[in-house]
Amino acid sequence: MVSFKSLPEEELFLAGSTACQGCPASLALRIAFKALGSNTILLVVASCTSVLQGSYPHSAINLPLMNAAFATGGATASGVVAGIKALVKRGELEEEPTVLMWAGDGGTYDIGIQALSGAAERETDFIYVCYNNEMYSNTGTQRSGATPIGAWTTTTPGGKVQHRKDIAQIMIAHRIPYVATASLAYPLDFYQKMLKAREIRGTKYIELLAPCPPGWKFPSSKMIEVSRMAVQCGMWLLYEHEDGENRFTGATKRMIEGKVKKKPVVDYLEVQGRFKQVLASPEGKEAERMLEEDVSESIRRLHGWVPEYI
Amino acid sequence: MDKNEKKVGYMTSMSKPGKGCAGDTGEWRVFKPVKDEEKCNHCLLCWIFCPEATITKDIEIDYQYCKGCGICAVECPTGAITMVKEEKQ
Repeated sequence: MVSFKSLPEEELFLAGSTACQGCPASLALRIAFKALGSNTILLVVASCTSVLQGSYPHSAINLPLMNAAFATGGATASGVVAGIKALVKRGELEEEPTVLMWAGDGGTYDIGIQALSGAAERETDFIYVCYNNEMYSNTGTQRSGATPIGAWTTTTPGGKVQHRKDIAQIMIAHRIPYVATASLAYPLDFYQKMLKAREIRGTKYIELLAPCPPGWKFPSSKMIEVSRMAVQCGMWLLYEHEDGENRFTGATKRMIEGKVKKKPVVDYLEVQGRFKQVLASPEGKEAERMLEEDVSESIRRLHGWVPEYI
Repeated sequence: MDKNEKKVGYMTSMSKPGKGCAGDTGEWRVFKPVKDEEKCNHCLLCWIFCPEATITKDIEIDYQYCKGCGICAVECPTGAITMVKEEKQ
């Protein structure tokens, strides 16, 4: 059993970065590096992480790092993995490093999906982490394929009307060996999933909910609280897909088994400024109902049926 | 060696990792986390939840880089960390 005490003390994400106060991406990087260790190559597509690593000639990330263009996440990783293979074959590299591809939801859901799909189809041996903040936060909060119904962004001023994509299901359809979702409020769950992904050969996809304080309009001190609420209300389900089976983990498992009661989605919506407008509008109740239905629908897809106590 | 031939060192355009690549980010802070030694039970929640890696495993806060986001104060189960307003300098 992993506990906080057993986590390594070494920090590969160094303090004094250019990230905002309470940034979920920097926290996610910290925990991911703790799991993967120093023999890792980090690849970053255009996202907030390209900014928070610091400006030239300084870097806040104590690992070999390469920045790539927005649409090239999977392709860059494929190239790096092929390069490592060649070096190993020539005997110039003893220990194979872990390749970690780090992308936001824009670089995964919308712009980077074809490169990711190609890399997954080629069974490239790398870990793809998508930190999903449900909008293009880096460029000023525009809507993305991950934005939920009713959420305000600068390009959906009245709240988004379409459903969000379920990219984890798209990745499962590629028949890759490991797909998981994680939340920052449950760091040990995320840590264990990263450890597991490191040991498996093939493409591994991990998605992480990253509540962005300035984008979602809530105080930076509530970042972990909002992550926890998203899991407790079912808007974010924690599960892993391995050997053709879906398995709920942590807080979601307790919720599905009926040990913990599911909280209403409205509690989660009320803490965020981005849902304020839609909740106050005449369609507020309708949006709330649609989001509740969304939760049931995602549970049905993963579990086959929805327990009546949810 | 030819006298016109200069010895050129190794050149690279790579960034160097180091603490404080954005300067002393502690200056961004409005509220400062202050730890109460008596209430702290070393549960390490603040250490794991600090997004900026400014709290060590021995629960010591690095005020040079702490941006004052306040996550540690909200997540502390015993209320050992309180946010105190910074005084004007």
